Amino acid sequence: MSAPGRRSPLAWALVLCAASLLFVLLGVCVGSSGWQAWADMARDPVAWQIVWDIRLPRSVGAWGAGALLGLSGAVAQGLFRNPLADPYLLGSAAGASLGVCVALALLGVSPASLEWLAQIGLTGAAFAGATGAVLLTLVLARGVQHTLRLLLAGVVVGVVLGAASSLVLLMQPQLLQAMQGFLLGSTAFVGWSGCLLMLVVWSLCMAAAWWFSPVLDGLALGESTALSLGLPLAPMRLGLILVLALASGTAVAQTGLIAFVGLAAPHLVRSVLRATHAWLLLLSGLMGGALLLAADLLARALIAPQELPVGVLTAVLGGGYLLWLMHRQSASLPGGGA
Amino acid sequence: MALRAQGVGARLGGVQVLHVLDLHLEPGRWTSIVGPNGAGKSTLLRVLAGLLPHQGSVCLGDRLLSQWPPRERARVLAWLGQSESVVDDLSVMDVALLGRLPHQAWLAKPNAQDLAVVEKYLRLTQAWDWRHRSLGALSGGERQRVLLARALCVEADILLMDEPLANLDPPHQADWLQIVRSLVARGTTVVSVLHEVSMALQADTLVVMAQGRITHQGPTSDPLSHRAIERVFGQRIAVHAVQGQWVAIPTSAPPATPPAAPD
Repeated sequence: MSAPGRRSPLAWALVLCAASLLFVLLGVCVGSSGWQAWADMARDPVAWQIVWDIRLPRSVGAWGAGALLGLSGAVAQGLFRNPLADPYLLGSAAGASLGVCVALALLGVSPASLEWLAQIGLTGAAFAGATGAVLLTLVLARGVQHTLRLLLAGVVVGVVLGAASSLVLLMQPQLLQAMQGFLLGSTAFVGWSGCLLMLVVWSLCMAAAWWFSPVLDGLALGESTALSLGLPLAPMRLGLILVLALASGTAVAQTGLIAFVGLAAPHLVRSVLRATHAWLLLLSGLMGGALLLAADLLARALIAPQELPVGVLTAVLGGGYLLWLMHRQSASLPGGGA
Repeated sequence: MALRAQGVGARLGGVQVLHVLDLHLEPGRWTSIVGPNGAGKSTLLRVLAGLLPHQGSVCLGDRLLSQWPPRERARVLAWLGQSESVVDDLSVMDVALLGRLPHQAWLAKPNAQDLAVVEKYLRLTQAWDWRHRSLGALSGGERQRVLLARALCVEADILLMDEPLANLDPPHQADWLQIVRSLVARGTTVVSVLHEVSMALQADTLVVMAQGRITHQGPTSDPLSHRAIERVFGQRIAVHAVQGQWVAIPTSAPPATPPAAPD
């Protein structure tokens, strides 16, 4: 086996793109009506509608959300210099949950309002909540200069907003079921507009993160070294936090809370090759997309014609992967197990 | 290029760790800063590097340090920090290439000159053979040599190093000494904070610190410098000439003062 450092990032990018394409094709074929819809789509308008309006946007949406989470995970881990940092670290998940919770409480859970919320309001509320939470974190941390203060503020905001959501649910328990779909994470309701939004946001965030990537490389050697290299840390750190907030907020708004993809994707990339952040950010996005797409396929296929919430599956698989990673690392340490 | 501090002081966590002091570092000379733990050596070095908010002024050449554009300053003032936690994922080659960042256009690929400089210093620190390995796969001493190569790759006029000998074995300490001497011979100004007093005595100038103040500054060959070192270390070391070199030798512990008898 060749050393990770010698492997080509470009080759891995192509492999991940090819895997994603394959998963999208499989995603188009998998569903409650099985392969038949795919086979009949040329002559049956219903089959065409199933493939074009449901399965394809869902698969593309799963890739988009995964790519956004993978990218924001790599940004978070580089920015906070912590391999356990995840995209929701600045409170965006708790903010999005509260946004959805409050929107549901204000608009009620009647079928008509739920339909309206599913189309526009739920996504908008989640995004507003995520953005508000990140802004609150920045205010509490008094800027972006101090990493530890940012982390602590993110934890505080997450806990407080989580408690606020619980309070709303306690006062209006009928919202619990409606909230469940959001909390478990799902790609079932992603339409073409959501796909377009996620792909546009991913492209913008990827371009911005790539522009800031030398700062992440410099930070890998410590703040003092990064400063001594003439890197403008303060403005670029703010830029990276905006990328993190926009990418994770957009993903959460479209698919709800999907665990572990943002955490695991950069780790998987690092386990196969060594690269600077310019490549790591791109590959983490591609890996996140492929991961969530694969998890979505599994979620739809495992107990077909029923389906599992994809967030549950990513939590189980991602948790298992991290446990395995932890075991492997402790085994390789002096005094670790065989 | 000269580096000059005037009326410099610094606070950390609300405590004044560096009291008002003046320091003038001559260009093309090697200055070592020594003193007991907590003397303010690293703080002074960080102030000189422009990495810490401070009172007073620090001038790099004929301009205040704060007036230098960051990238321009990074090209003339290189920094090697002490025990900064480093992310293990980057390869040795990528770490060394970071030293060329101040010379490159933003996001530009390293050119032939950058690659030649990186190879030169990785070979000089004997790290070239493992250039594709990650930092996480290296021992503490090997990692320190890579970080030294990264600082050397800047090819700055002034090189500030905080405990650069940490984790280095004696042969690699000797290599470091040779590298510093060749840098100084080429006109580079070197400032190092060192706990290895015998190594510090190889420098041109010695700055002795205690309790956030400079207690002495002078040539390393000056007996007054030797007495100053012995004094700040509580006479627990003595400076002697051995085979034409100044070395610090530990002395036996002074007799403990017996506790006063209770009334």
